[in-house]
Amino acid sequence: MNKHVTSSGTSLTILDDLDLAVHHGERVAIVGRSGSGKSTLLGLLAGLDNPSSGKVLIDGTEISSLDEDGRAEVRGRKMGFVFQSFQLLPSLTALENVMLPLQLVGRDDARPLAEAALSRVGLEQRLSHYPKQLSGGEQQRVAIARAFAPGPSILFADEPTGNLDAATGQQIIDLLFGLNAQAGTTLVLVTHDNALAARCQRRLLLCQGKLVEEADVAESATS
Amino acid sequence: MMALSLAWRQFRSHWSAGDLRVLFLALVLAVTATTAVGFFTDRIDSTLVRQGSLLLGGDLLISSGKPLSDSYQQEAQRRQLSSTQTMEFPSMVVRGERSQLAEIKAVGAEFPLRGELVISNQVAAVGVSDAARAADAIPSPGSVWVEPRLATLLDVKVGNLLEVGERQMPISAILEREASRGGDMFSFAPRLMMNLADVPSTGLIQYGSRVKYQFLVAGEAEQIRQYSAWAQANAGKGERVQDVSAARPEIRSALEKARQFLGLSAMVGVILAIVAMFLASLPYVQRSLDTYALMRCFGASRKLIMQILLWQTLLTGLLGSLLGCLLGYLAQAGLASLAGSLFLETLPQPGWWPVLTGMLLGFLTMLAVVWPHLARLTDVPALRILRRDLGGIDRHHWFSFFPGVVVISGMIYWHAGSFRLGSATILVFSALLLVIALLAWAGQHLLQRFSDGRGGVWKLGIAGLKRRPGMAVAQVAGFSMGLMVLILLALVRGDLLNNWQASLPPDAPNRFIINIQPHQIEGVKAFFANAGISNAEVFPMVRGRLIAVNDTPLDTSKYVDERARRLAEREFNLSWAADMQADNQMLEGRWWTEAEHGQSQLSLEQDLADTLGLKLGDWLVYDIAGTRLEVEVTSIRKVEWDTMRANFFAVMPPGLLENFPASYITSFHLPLGNDQALNALVREYTNLTVIDVAALMEQVRGIMDKMTHAIEYVFVFSLFAGLAVLYAALVATRDERVREATLLRVLGASRRQVVLAGLTEFACIGVLAALVATLAASSLAWYVSAFILNIPYQFNLLLAVLALISASLLVPFAAWLGMRGFLDQPPRQLLHSM
Repeated sequence: MNKHVTSSGTSLTILDDLDLAVHHGERVAIVGRSGSGKSTLLGLLAGLDNPSSGKVLIDGTEISSLDEDGRAEVRGRKMGFVFQSFQLLPSLTALENVMLPLQLVGRDDARPLAEAALSRVGLEQRLSHYPKQLSGGEQQRVAIARAFAPGPSILFADEPTGNLDAATGQQIIDLLFGLNAQAGTTLVLVTHDNALAARCQRRLLLCQGKLVEEADVAESATS
Repeated sequence: MMALSLAWRQFRSHWSAGDLRVLFLALVLAVTATTAVGFFTDRIDSTLVRQGSLLLGGDLLISSGKPLSDSYQQEAQRRQLSSTQTMEFPSMVVRGERSQLAEIKAVGAEFPLRGELVISNQVAAVGVSDAARAADAIPSPGSVWVEPRLATLLDVKVGNLLEVGERQMPISAILEREASRGGDMFSFAPRLMMNLADVPSTGLIQYGSRVKYQFLVAGEAEQIRQYSAWAQANAGKGERVQDVSAARPEIRSALEKARQFLGLSAMVGVILAIVAMFLASLPYVQRSLDTYALMRCFGASRKLIMQILLWQTLLTGLLGSLLGCLLGYLAQAGLASLAGSLFLETLPQPGWWPVLTGMLLGFLTMLAVVWPHLARLTDVPALRILRRDLGGIDRHHWFSFFPGVVVISGMIYWHAGSFRLGSATILVFSALLLVIALLAWAGQHLLQRFSDGRGGVWKLGIAGLKRRPGMAVAQVAGFSMGLMVLILLALVRGDLLNNWQASLPPDAPNRFIINIQPHQIEGVKAFFANAGISNAEVFPMVRGRLIAVNDTPLDTSKYVDERARRLAEREFNLSWAADMQADNQMLEGRWWTEAEHGQSQLSLEQDLADTLGLKLGDWLVYDIAGTRLEVEVTSIRKVEWDTMRANFFAVMPPGLLENFPASYITSFHLPLGNDQALNALVREYTNLTVIDVAALMEQVRGIMDKMTHAIEYVFVFSLFAGLAVLYAALVATRDERVREATLLRVLGASRRQVVLAGLTEFACIGVLAALVATLAASSLAWYVSAFILNIPYQFNLLLAVLALISASLLVPFAAWLGMRGFLDQPPRQLLHSM
């Protein structure tokens, strides 16, 4: 798979001839320096963007050949997301934020599922709070509840601790990995935090758009 | 249903976050302005329709200034239609020392054929007497009914005797309501109703008396239609056949104009509100980008996003329109109470039609103005979640404004009622907007040049204009448009009214006496001498009808202009004089010399000549009491009608008209305390009609005042809409301002410096808007006074200064209210939320 972009008439190669397979239930970390193409890779894997050449298959479905609506449908059914900047809608309460992806795929049980998910991340007392009334750590917990509530088979996490202090970041990681283990979800994690990457089964190092190193690491005992 | 529920959730969320409020407010304003005017005109319309035949007093009315031929009566009898006759004329009514001009209506036994007369035995303190009842007959011969107003003016009650011409007649009832007297605006004198059989014995009808003879018919619709066709075919000169649809044409046409004017005035507010809606939709769309990117990320299809957005648009339209209609209903009550009594005494409740138009306007503006921008959110890529530089909406295609322009133009045409007026209005609006925008643009460029080379927060503030030039022009244009109409009204109502009044000297005539018979002239002159009135002249007046111009018989139907047709159809008051009146001004030709007395010459008033298309050298033929008189137009004069002196459209030299029957007219200034002498004169000569011009002027001023109040009331919507534009533009740039202010504070600027920079920017906008508004309003006021009212215009410095001060304080104050929220937060918190 390749990804090129054209800027001011010059073609730039963001991802260069990548070949990657992630197995069900696997925890994969994508690491690399700023600008190495980590987020682009995540976007392609999640069907948020299309590769310039090559293809992306999710559970055997080639999502890179689907149109935007087709990819959205696959995302809605199979994927969950956790972002660095939380991406909670400021105009919705914690509960409403968690309910949103459930409603979008037409789940009638959106409310109980969302309440249960928030309860699992310890926010059962904060259902009606708006994001601005929550701390950074709490906001990310809402985002994690939102990601797990629909029961996705793959979870994409983009620098989930990037906006948090070390202690809170650690709590969030523990929560994320804990829930992931419980649900058996495949996890694709983008980070430049080596310690965090070390908790994943595989580590992919991206450098100047190339997958230059792929290392198996021992499964973290602290999951 | 999911789309609707998500849309509702989004609507609620946006509402509580404040993103929707300005848009919603602007929508409500637009609907309120339209429905307020709609409800008001609907009330008047339904009055006219409902009271059509009641206003006439029958199904068909034939009227003339001369007695009507018996053939109308015979034909009505032949067709077995019910019919009756009435006469209307002004006359003085006397009780002891008091006298009052009354509008006398003498009615036949069957009157009214439609509707009813409501009478009572005494005048109620307020409104209609509780004991009021429908009359089962007209006043019995020898007795009269009077309106409460006349009873109050003369201090009389039922049973008292009144002098009506040569008769003394008892008042047998108070006339509480007369259906056929709908127009309060056009009848200055109160009503006295009497039996038609009593008229000859009063001696009130003499040569020159202004009498309106009416013949009323009622029956089945088809019979009336046939009779109407027959009557129209047989109507003589000056005889008018009116059916229900033409009831009170003067009210109808005045209302039509009022409706157009109020409707178009409301349009100023609506257009500004639409501009505010567009500006308010920008931050709304901008802030929704992440929401819809996230929804796309979570699996929402483009169709679902489209449905959510459409529902949101319709929900906003529905709620905004409903609230706007409700507020419009409340606002029309104010409009009706300000202007209602101008037209009709009682207005029925409005119908549902304005609600429909208000709702339609609400939905149309939302779909035409907001939807094209909102719909672009369906194209937001899910990838924006990871790359915030994607999917921004910075540029607007010109065609996204096209539906809005179509809706605005459609509404203007609808309010104008004609393609020509609609196009003219659109042209004026566009030109005005262009001029204002150009002035605003030039102003902000000048300010920037002025600020170059100067440092400090002032420069920072002015630089704000440079960073957002489009927004600055929109803000200045929007606010100055609202301000301009208010300044213009203040100028027109205050200055022009004052100028007009000031043009009348203190000894300007305040009384007219008409219907003076030749043998009464000496008596009238004696009264002048006794009352110390020295400068009163008595003018002869002969009534004649224009029948031919340059040997061609006059065909009044060829006049397209309604006024020209009426002028040509009615009888002229012809006068003669040796010298031109001092307040007249010769425009063309020359006044006759003494040697030319007796020659067939005519001097015409300029406006009349223009309206009828007459010019110097034309030969006119008048029919005066059956005799033809041919005269040549030898001069055209300009007449200052508002000097309140008696003046004539057509004057001939002495020696031409003396042998025709004439009545005389005079105007004079009655000094205080001479009312009794005048009353004595009226008692001596009962046919005289005294018109109190001072009271008339007071009423005219009252009407102008009420009209301008009503218009001002409608234009207040424009000011609110102008403020909404200003506020919407402020909100549209709020995020950018917060970012700038935060960075400034992080870089070491104090809170005071940031506030000052913001206030400077808005003070500039306020001053520019005030300057532009004053300039535009003064130019328009100058045009109105110089070319429409023909009075000298004086620039009102005080008003300009007031506008300048209030705008340069109000605008920054509004801006400060908007900035206050984020100025109180520490920069760290703001940086965090950015």
